Amino acid sequence: MSIDMAQFHQVFFEESFEGLDIMESGLLDMDPGAVDSEQINAIFRAAHSIKGGAGTFGFGEISNFTHTMETLLDEMRDGRREITTDAVDVLLKSVDVLRDMLTVAQDGGELDQSSVDAQSRELKRVLDNRAPGQSQAADETPESADGADDDGKAPLIGWHVVFRPHAHMMRTGNDPLRLLREFHALGETRVVCDISGVPPFHEYEPEDAVLSWDIHLDEPVEKYQVQEIFDWVEDDCDLAIMEVYADGVESAPAGEPSQKAAPKPTGKPELKLAEPPPERRKGGDRRQKKAATSAGSIRVDVPKIDSLINMVGELVITQSMLSMLGEDFQHEDLPKLLEGLAQLERHTRELQESVMQIRMMPISFTFSRFPRLVRDLSTKLGKKIELKMNGESTEVDKTVIEKIGDPLVHLVRNSLDHGIETPEVRRAAGKPETGTVELNAYHKGGNIIIEIKDDGKGLDGDLLFRKAVEKGLVREDETLTDQQKFELIFMPGFSTAEKISDVSGRGVGMDVVRKNINELGGSIEIDSELGVGTDIVIRLPLTLAILDGQVVRVGDETYIVPLVSILESIQVRPEMINLVGGKGEAFKLRDEYLPIVRMHEVFDVPSEHVEELTEGLLVIVEAEGHKCGLFVDDLLGQHQVVIKSLEENYGSVEGVSGATILGDGSVALILDITGVIRLGGNRPEDFRLQRTA
Amino acid sequence: MSTETATAETLDIAPRAGEQEGRQYLTFDVAGETYGVDILRVQEIRGWEPVTRIPNAHECVRGVLNLRGAIVPVYDLRLMLELDWVAYDPETVVIIIKVRQGDSDKHVGIIVDAVSDVINELDIEISNSPSFGEHIKTEFIASLATEKSGGMVMLLDADRLPIAGAGDDDEDTDAD
Repeated sequence: MSIDMAQFHQVFFEESFEGLDIMESGLLDMDPGAVDSEQINAIFRAAHSIKGGAGTFGFGEISNFTHTMETLLDEMRDGRREITTDAVDVLLKSVDVLRDMLTVAQDGGELDQSSVDAQSRELKRVLDNRAPGQSQAADETPESADGADDDGKAPLIGWHVVFRPHAHMMRTGNDPLRLLREFHALGETRVVCDISGVPPFHEYEPEDAVLSWDIHLDEPVEKYQVQEIFDWVEDDCDLAIMEVYADGVESAPAGEPSQKAAPKPTGKPELKLAEPPPERRKGGDRRQKKAATSAGSIRVDVPKIDSLINMVGELVITQSMLSMLGEDFQHEDLPKLLEGLAQLERHTRELQESVMQIRMMPISFTFSRFPRLVRDLSTKLGKKIELKMNGESTEVDKTVIEKIGDPLVHLVRNSLDHGIETPEVRRAAGKPETGTVELNAYHKGGNIIIEIKDDGKGLDGDLLFRKAVEKGLVREDETLTDQQKFELIFMPGFSTAEKISDVSGRGVGMDVVRKNINELGGSIEIDSELGVGTDIVIRLPLTLAILDGQVVRVGDETYIVPLVSILESIQVRPEMINLVGGKGEAFKLRDEYLPIVRMHEVFDVPSEHVEELTEGLLVIVEAEGHKCGLFVDDLLGQHQVVIKSLEENYGSVEGVSGATILGDGSVALILDITGVIRLGGNRPEDFRLQRTA
Repeated sequence: MSTETATAETLDIAPRAGEQEGRQYLTFDVAGETYGVDILRVQEIRGWEPVTRIPNAHECVRGVLNLRGAIVPVYDLRLMLELDWVAYDPETVVIIIKVRQGDSDKHVGIIVDAVSDVINELDIEISNSPSFGEHIKTEFIASLATEKSGGMVMLLDADRLPIAGAGDDDEDTDAD
């Protein structure tokens, strides 16, 4: 075939991974007692399309593996097999193995063949429960099929295939001649045509397939290579695939459902030196870099595209209206011009919103993995846990979806491991035996809020404090509010788990979680009540490409302060200002003392600027729980700004998170508040931490 | 400076040179000397306009400008050559060039006193750049060329302009 199949691989992988997700969630919802046939159908369909796709694109191993799963599901679907917890567990594990196989096929790398084989045997075992008599034959065959040159056996020298198309095969769009050609492409073939099925001429139906073939292939190719030729026709023909060994023995692999015709005895296979089997197709020869997958593609709902096209249409109309107006402009046309410009502005804004919409995906992409996680972990930990999820359809930027997954998994694991108590403890505390973990997502004032709530034992602020003192993270004489004590768990190297389990407790988690969330421009807060539960709130910006910014002036330079970090802006009075240690400036705001960061100092602004604190303005900002006052000359206005990368052509700059282009075409830098505070050297805790660490 | 003339010259010479088409260089003046850069690297030439300063950056980084939506840093070639800074005048131009760093292409602007001409490789005689010892920066001067008129042109190797660490180095020193 001349079509380059590789171009469709990406789509195949995407669809397959989606299919796997469908299978997984379907299996998780499956209740062994009450069977919903529609549910099994959905799982079956997903498996079937993965199998079909894998066969088409030449991923024989995947297709074989999925085939076994499909057989099992098929029997469940037809009601021939009871749905047992055991079978569901095995299927779930198979989904994992299949996911690994697909990942390897996509990204390259080494496939853990032993786990695939083990899982295949598991599946076979479940399949054979029904008919234990067959188990022996089924167990043997995979070995003989895969390891062609096993010890004690003559080497595999080729294949003998008996292929009898059903009469209607050609009407399904399949041409036997094409299959024979494909066969020929594998190596030297000898084909014997059986014309005994040809009816007398007056009964002959030209569209019927009446011929059948005996095909001998003198090439020790892999079994899947033979099988995949017949992938599309296996239901429309009688097929027997037999191995031919150098000593003249033919063996027919049993347990193949597609094999309906009894193998015919064959002539003597020619004795030939067996050539080494062609290199197995491992993930390695599909050169697809990891980076390519993360760039990936987005599936967009058609309505979103339609609205985009509508918008562009409107824009074009407005544009032509304006250019007509411009051709012969009279002074009295001014109102028309203004109206046109207003329209243009409206359409541009709508267009911008629609384009942004394309990047939005429902958070269920991230949430969908949790039912499985909770199911597996609660069994492992011996706890009873119910997972509740709300707001799964809340839409979040694609980048957020990709990056929030791991931190969320970590937080949920923590809740399961440390939060929820064992049933006995819960009963003793007068709580219901089953603990609840809630995942909520919702919009709130331009932010996405993701909430992880459990009704477990809660955090013990005093215990956290003692631990932190023990580890030298805080001084003993410090007084912290409960809130601050809870936040100690975000410090690097902090873990309260009494015993390190493989679930959590290595103390490398929470600081990374916070870092990841901060990288997304979000924040994380924790609230807890001992014995009642913990509530973790993650706040994320709606989109990463655009932010609301406050334009500030320092000397003759302008900077953008992200509006989310601004608490308020004030003009200080002399009596509010204090000097700390003779040098550091601080001011009293209500009952707090906040450090002052002079922007012109940290950024070394050369131009004329306001020196006197009382003449400029203080913008009170907060980042990572630290507040400070940025001293600027003036506030200029608020704008939505499009974030541009400074690193693309330059590099990262301390205190600057990016750049944007202002209305007049000039560039303004966007402040990274955390970096600015660090530059200002106004985080004493941090400095002390570095010394004690 | 006229690209059309230069192309005409190339066509004129082409039969003699066979498949070896003459490379062209954009030449410009810095502190009275003539420098050249491969014209295929040049994206755009624009007059000097004030740029947005990058705080705490090396002095040769004058700032960033908006190149059709991309943020492009601008370096002063005089300062890169460790010459004295002079005030910019209407002749001052920014040449936006493409440089290859690692696996990625970056766009940077270099500020020069004035652009002068486009010259053809076949009209000049190229010789290797002699070493001047360690105290004179020559690592990004690929070769020296003599024009027909006898003047000397220093051909720059765009990829070796000292911009790689400009952002990173400063960050390191400032972060500490």
